[in-house]
Amino acid sequence: MSETRYTDQHEWVRLDGNSATVGITRFAAEQLGDVVYVELPPAGKAVKAGAEAAVVESVKAASEVYAPVGGEVTGANDVLTTEPSKVNDDPEGEGWFFKLKLADTGEFAKLMDAAAYAAFTKDH
Amino acid sequence: MTVTTDILRRTPLHALHVELGAKLVPFAGYEMPVQYPAGVLKEHLHTRAKAGLFDVSHMGQAFLAGDTAALERLTTADVIGLKEGMQRYGLLLTDAGTIKDDFMFSRLAGEADLYLVVNAGTKEGDFEYITEKLGSAITLTSRFDRALLALQGPAASAVLERLSPGISALTFMKVVRTTVAGAPAIISRTGYTGEDGFEISIEGADADRVARALLAEEEVLPIGLGARDSLRLEAGLCLYGHDMDESTDPVEASLVWAIGKRRKLEKGFPSADAIMAKVANGTAKKRVGIKPEGRAPAREGTEIMAGGRIIGRVTSGGFGPSANGPVAMGYVESAFAADGTKIELMVRGQALPATVAPMPFVPHNYKR
Repeated sequence: MSETRYTDQHEWVRLDGNSATVGITRFAAEQLGDVVYVELPPAGKAVKAGAEAAVVESVKAASEVYAPVGGEVTGANDVLTTEPSKVNDDPEGEGWFFKLKLADTGEFAKLMDAAAYAAFTKDH
Repeated sequence: MTVTTDILRRTPLHALHVELGAKLVPFAGYEMPVQYPAGVLKEHLHTRAKAGLFDVSHMGQAFLAGDTAALERLTTADVIGLKEGMQRYGLLLTDAGTIKDDFMFSRLAGEADLYLVVNAGTKEGDFEYITEKLGSAITLTSRFDRALLALQGPAASAVLERLSPGISALTFMKVVRTTVAGAPAIISRTGYTGEDGFEISIEGADADRVARALLAEEEVLPIGLGARDSLRLEAGLCLYGHDMDESTDPVEASLVWAIGKRRKLEKGFPSADAIMAKVANGTAKKRVGIKPEGRAPAREGTEIMAGGRIIGRVTSGGFGPSANGPVAMGYVESAFAADGTKIELMVRGQALPATVAPMPFVPHNYKR
């Protein structure tokens, strides 16, 4: 059973047990436009919640991707390095960025659920 | 109380942009389409494959009457030598010989006046400057009410021929008064993409109808300023205010080709002696093309390093969809300006390898 939550920086995080998968939301992908470059964190890297963890660049601009929750990076979606357009094609599926071993489940619970995020993006 | 000073101007095509679903952004005081629903990448590639229609009505159009030769006092271009039916690129210089703007000027067949097009963000300042410097010798009539469309890409000629019969016979840098879809127009075979194409000046009142007629042709998509920027960067073309400005001179900007042959000998443009000395002896810095070796784009402002120190800065950079990788231009110390020189770009604290590279990054496709 997995659950997905969202940040006000437009990342999503899906929790399976203590494994968290992170990506950018469809809303973010649409705002960015065509993604042409992705920089992913190395496995083993420890990141804090809210810290810069990856970079996504569209034709227009570069943006940081922040870790929604703290933990240790266990892997990254290396396919994005050669096929960055997957971020636009399937941002909340095949376009995932990296996985974390969650340090503190309390951080996850503080994030927005789908309904709250939908309301949040409506104002933007 | 709030004083609103940033009311954006609109081009005659504003309603059409909205109808086409454009994302509108402030640019040079205008509300302009940065992209349409197709997106920057597809718009860019479509322009190189077929034909793209750009609204560049924000640019500054004007007619210069009177002693038009006097313009040579402010520019490096050969104005007097420009033949009828030809357009030419010029640099407008400050007294110090730095670049106040770049512009296009045309001598239309049978007309005494010159037709000018300058950059959007500088148009008021340019025209004040020209009027102030040349005084009663000339009369400058700005025509900010006119529209300017660019139709660019390998199919542009076939498309425009349907609406302006005979136009395909025009060659690169030529200009003619004609009609398009029945509307009176000044059409030049020029552009800012590196592709074959045309720039079409029409009355504001005709713009919506002419743009719709062009968009009705199956090869044509509307293209926003986002793709206009990536297209011109791949073509190695300078963007004023980024790749050159009042702090750079024509030699540093690698625009010596824009100094007319006769002008190099006769001089008579601002700071001509100093500029010609730089042509002979070189400058401390120089604008070059830069090809990052990896996939990471290096944006404007990126520091350029060599031997552990900063030797320059990127002035335009991003992803080149047709180059299928990052491309950039910037200024480096002249010792590092030769093609093939290994440099490093500081991107997010990392020194990424790059090479000084010849421009354009994508071959020009002009109809000469």
